[in-house]
Amino acid sequence: MTGSGNGSGQVLDAAWAIDWLRRSAAVVSENRVALIELDRAIGDGDHGENLDRGFTAIVAKLDQETPATPGAAFKMAAMTLMSKVGGAAGPLYGTAFLRAGTAVGDATALDASMLVAALTAARDGVVARGKAASGEKTMIDAWTPAVEAAAAEAAADGGPAVVLAAAADAAEAGAIATDPLIARKGRASYLGERAIGHRDPGAASSALILRAAADAAAASAGSAAGGSAPAGSAS
Amino acid sequence: MKKLINDPKAVVDESVEGFGLAHADLVTVHPDPLFVSRKEAKSGKVGLLSGGGSGHEPLHAGYVGFGMLDAAVPGAVFTSPTPDAIIPATLAADSGAGVVHIVKNYTGDVLNFETAAEMAQAEGVEVRTVLVNDDVAVEDSLYTAGRRGVGGTVLVEKIAGAAAERGDGLDAVAAIGQRVNDNVRTMGVALSACTVPHAGVPSFELGEDEIEIGIGIHGEPGRHRIPMENADGITDRLLEPILADLKPAPGEKVLLFVNGMGGTPASELYIVYRHAVKVLEGAGLVVERSLVGNYITALEMQGCSISVLRLDQEMTSLWDAPVHTPALRWGM
Repeated sequence: MTGSGNGSGQVLDAAWAIDWLRRSAAVVSENRVALIELDRAIGDGDHGENLDRGFTAIVAKLDQETPATPGAAFKMAAMTLMSKVGGAAGPLYGTAFLRAGTAVGDATALDASMLVAALTAARDGVVARGKAASGEKTMIDAWTPAVEAAAAEAAADGGPAVVLAAAADAAEAGAIATDPLIARKGRASYLGERAIGHRDPGAASSALILRAAADAAAASAGSAAGGSAPAGSAS
Repeated sequence: MKKLINDPKAVVDESVEGFGLAHADLVTVHPDPLFVSRKEAKSGKVGLLSGGGSGHEPLHAGYVGFGMLDAAVPGAVFTSPTPDAIIPATLAADSGAGVVHIVKNYTGDVLNFETAAEMAQAEGVEVRTVLVNDDVAVEDSLYTAGRRGVGGTVLVEKIAGAAAERGDGLDAVAAIGQRVNDNVRTMGVALSACTVPHAGVPSFELGEDEIEIGIGIHGEPGRHRIPMENADGITDRLLEPILADLKPAPGEKVLLFVNGMGGTPASELYIVYRHAVKVLEGAGLVVERSLVGNYITALEMQGCSISVLRLDQEMTSLWDAPVHTPALRWGM
C-alpha cells in the first residue's frame, strides 16, 4: 500500500501516539552512533547519547503506564525528556512535545487538522525556547518544512497518515538542506563557516522522529483497514 | 580509547560518589537527582549555585564549600543538568536569603537553568542569574549564541562566593558576580582533542603539527586551526584578543589566570604564565593576583586558557577572602 490508508476519514488515537514514541526510541537507539558522529563534527558529540537516554526512559514509563489520550502521551514524553536529557535537546524536544500535548488537549483521536495544529505548536515551541529562526542550521530547519508540508496535505484533504508522511519527507529534505548552512545558534555557531558541509544533528534527529510518527500512522491505517491487530503492539 | 572507568554510562555517578567520599567533611552528595551541597552553611546567607556538564573538574562540585558555592549540579559529560536536579539543589542552597545561579553561556545550560529558576521561584525561592560569557574567541556574537562562559566562571564563583559569605544581600551578590564577568576576558587553545567516554573517539582530529585557537571547554573545535607554535607565540596569540577587547589602561591592576585543560603539565602552564606576565607588564599593567593550574578542564584535552580580570579594591579583597573547598583553599 502507498500509505494513504483510508484517507481523510482516519483518526489517530493514544495507541498511535504510544507506537510513535516506541518507534522513536527504536530509531534513536539505532542511530545513536550516527547522531553522535554528526554532533561530534560541529558540536560536542552528545546528541545521540542524550536522546537515547531520554527515549529509553520514555519506553520504561510506557512499560508501566498507558496514557489514555495522545495529549497525555505527549505530555508524559515532554516531562521525561526535560528531566532526563539535559543539554539543549532536553528542553527543546520537551517543549515540542509539551506544546503538542497542549494543542490537542483531551482529544481521544486526532484528525489531520489536529495533527497540523500539534506539529505547528511543537515547532513554535522550539522556536520560542531556542530563539532561533529558519536557516540558522537547527532543528527548526527540519520542523518548519515539515509543518508546511503537513498543512498543505491537510488542506488537500489528506488523511493523518498522508499528512505525517509528507511531514517526514519534508523534514528529511530540510535536514539535508542544513548541510551548506553556517550555524547561528547552539554550539555549532562557534565554528563559523567551518560548520558548512556538516548536517545539523538536531535537524537529523527531528527527521528520524517525524518519520517514526509517519510509520506509526501508516501501521495504524493498515491495521484499521485490515481490521486486525491493534496499532502499537510492537514492543 | 583507554580510560580508567568501569562503564561509560556510570562515569558521572561513580565519580561524584568518590568525590563525596573523599570530601565528606565539606560536601554532601545527593544521588537522585544528582547534586552536591555544602555541608555547613550560615543560615540567612545568600545561596550560590552553579552547575553544568561534567568533564570540567574540579568545576563545579570542587568549589562547593566555605566562601564559594553552596550547591553544584553536575550534568552528564559535557551536557547541562536538567531542571529536575537544579530545582532541589536551589532549594537546598536557599537559607532564606535567595539563591544566585551562576550559568555559563551555552545554549543547553541557559535553557535548563532558565526553566529551573522559574520553577524554583514558583516554589518561593528568589533566584538571580549571573550569565558568564567571558570568551573572546567568539567574534560575531550578534550572529551566534553569544560568547561562551569559560575560565572566568571560576573567578565569578570565588568573588561572588566571598561576597555572599560576608553577608551581602541577593542583589549585591549577583551584582558583584556580574561585575567580575564584565571585567574578565578569556581565550583558550587546544593542542589535542579529548575523548568523551560515551562517544569513545576523540571529539576532533588534530594533526601532530596543528593547534586549535579559540576553543571552548567541551572539546569542540575552535575558531581557527594553525600550525603549532612555541609557548611564547601561543601566549601572544591568546593575550592579543583579550587585551584588544578588555582595553585595560596602563597602570591598571589585573588578576592573571592560566588554566590547564586537563592534559597539560603544570610546568607548561608556568611557561605560559611566565611569558603572559611579561606581555601584561609590557602593556603597563600590574599583575596583582594570579592563579595557575587545572581549574576548569575539558577531560584530558591538552591546552590551556588565559583569563585576565581587571581588579578593583573590592574584587581584590574578596579574592583574598578565606575559602575552603575541595579544589580551592586558602586563608583558613
